[in-house]
Amino acid sequence: MNFAPGLKLFLTEVGGLSRFAGRLFKQGFKPRYEVGEFIKQCFVIGYKSLPLIGLTSFILGLVLTMQLRPSMVSYGVESQLPAIVGIAVIREIGPVITALIFAGKIGSSIGAELGSMRVTEQIDAMEVSGTNPFKYLVITRVLAATFMLPVLVMLGDAISLFGSWIGINIRGATSFYLYWTQVFDNLAFSDVLPAFFKSYFFGFAVGIIGCYKGYNSSKGTEGVGLSANSAVVVSSIVIFIIDLLAVQITDALGLN
Amino acid sequence: MIEVNNDKSLPGKRVLIIQHLYKSFGNNHVLNDFNLELQKGESVVVLGKSGSGKSVMIKCVVGLLQPDKGTITMFGKNIPDLQDDELDRIRAKVGFLFQGNALYDSMTVRGNLEFPMRRTWIQFTQQEVNQRVIETLEDVGLAHTIDMMPAELSGGMRKRIALARTLILRPEIILYDEPTTGLDPITGKEIIELMNEIQEKYNTSSLIISHDMKCVQTASDRVVVLIDGRCYAIGTYDELKQNTDPKVKEFFE
Repeated sequence: MNFAPGLKLFLTEVGGLSRFAGRLFKQGFKPRYEVGEFIKQCFVIGYKSLPLIGLTSFILGLVLTMQLRPSMVSYGVESQLPAIVGIAVIREIGPVITALIFAGKIGSSIGAELGSMRVTEQIDAMEVSGTNPFKYLVITRVLAATFMLPVLVMLGDAISLFGSWIGINIRGATSFYLYWTQVFDNLAFSDVLPAFFKSYFFGFAVGIIGCYKGYNSSKGTEGVGLSANSAVVVSSIVIFIIDLLAVQITDALGLN
Repeated sequence: MIEVNNDKSLPGKRVLIIQHLYKSFGNNHVLNDFNLELQKGESVVVLGKSGSGKSVMIKCVVGLLQPDKGTITMFGKNIPDLQDDELDRIRAKVGFLFQGNALYDSMTVRGNLEFPMRRTWIQFTQQEVNQRVIETLEDVGLAHTIDMMPAELSGGMRKRIALARTLILRPEIILYDEPTTGLDPITGKEIIELMNEIQEKYNTSSLIISHDMKCVQTASDRVVVLIDGRCYAIGTYDELKQNTDPKVKEFFE
């Protein structure tokens, strides 16, 4: 089996993405700053993703609780259910699932939008109009994705835990106050902060991969579809790789 | 090169000079020592087969592509040597009509026309922006579409709006990339008439890329035949039509 073409393509993509990221850091600090477009993208990427993230987070918390409950009951530790779900959601499930849904919605949307703009020469038209399209389209979207995902993760975690409280109350009776007291009593900063910080890296990965795939789109309308699709696939894989690295780092720092 | 008309005899100020332009993509040598001059108020059509490098040449002129070798002088500056901010100042004086119109799908017609005015280094007041947008839309006969989205317009209307956006900064040179491609003959004729009216009204110089012979005939002062990446023949439409060279004759048959 010949792996050489696949390896070459992989290395080319990694090289291209690294150069793209380098360009982003190089140009991102220089004026002109596209503040208006950044705020617009925060609205589109953050606010408009909230209903989807909220719904999936609620279902996740509810289902997780209902699935865990029988095992917890059989071990006689049903009262620990809020603590277990709280730690699982805050430390791992919330950030990763939110990031994956975010990659599906925003990664594909950025990939398709920029890809379509590339093949219909809208990016060239922008450049001819005296606009740096890299700053206007890429930097604003990457920054918006980077800063909005942690906010969505926090909101998603809260909604997920609310769903879990509903799940507990389907078969039992736990007051809202007692539930949240149990969740927070079992959480430490070392649970919350690493999860919060890794969300920035997830957001950055989704933003830059979506932009890279879309901005370098080719082959007409077929290329637009490929850009959107590969933006989601690559972002999802990179999210798991970042998660794996994050757990190694927090472990090395004694935060686990 | 078959030079039917001697360039040096042409009167007027030269607004664009392309000298010894080379551009390759891998082993594909698209432009090979291409030369061209455009006079103030003149309309030059570059005629060539598909894939002959016409669009590559026009994209080099506006700085979207970097040539491998050669000079492109506009307003006294060599385009390939310019930094971004200098290039933006030159671009404010050059309009570019894209083959596929390249209208911004997410913006209304007003947004499309306002975008270059808000992004250029020249400062416009809101009143100037509004006035210019309406005036330009009236020039292309589509003032009523101001709040419509590009997707709601027909092909001919989109081309007119794209032309209005090209005109919005009142450029001195307009570059047209296949302006009649994809349009029916009647709409194509209307676009050519509009291009001629605009040239007359704003005294612009035009560099037109086309293989539509109707466009070549009615919109050109001079025609440049691009073959094998270089300027194969230059002359007026009538002069080139009489030309007996088989490669030139092929276009006019």
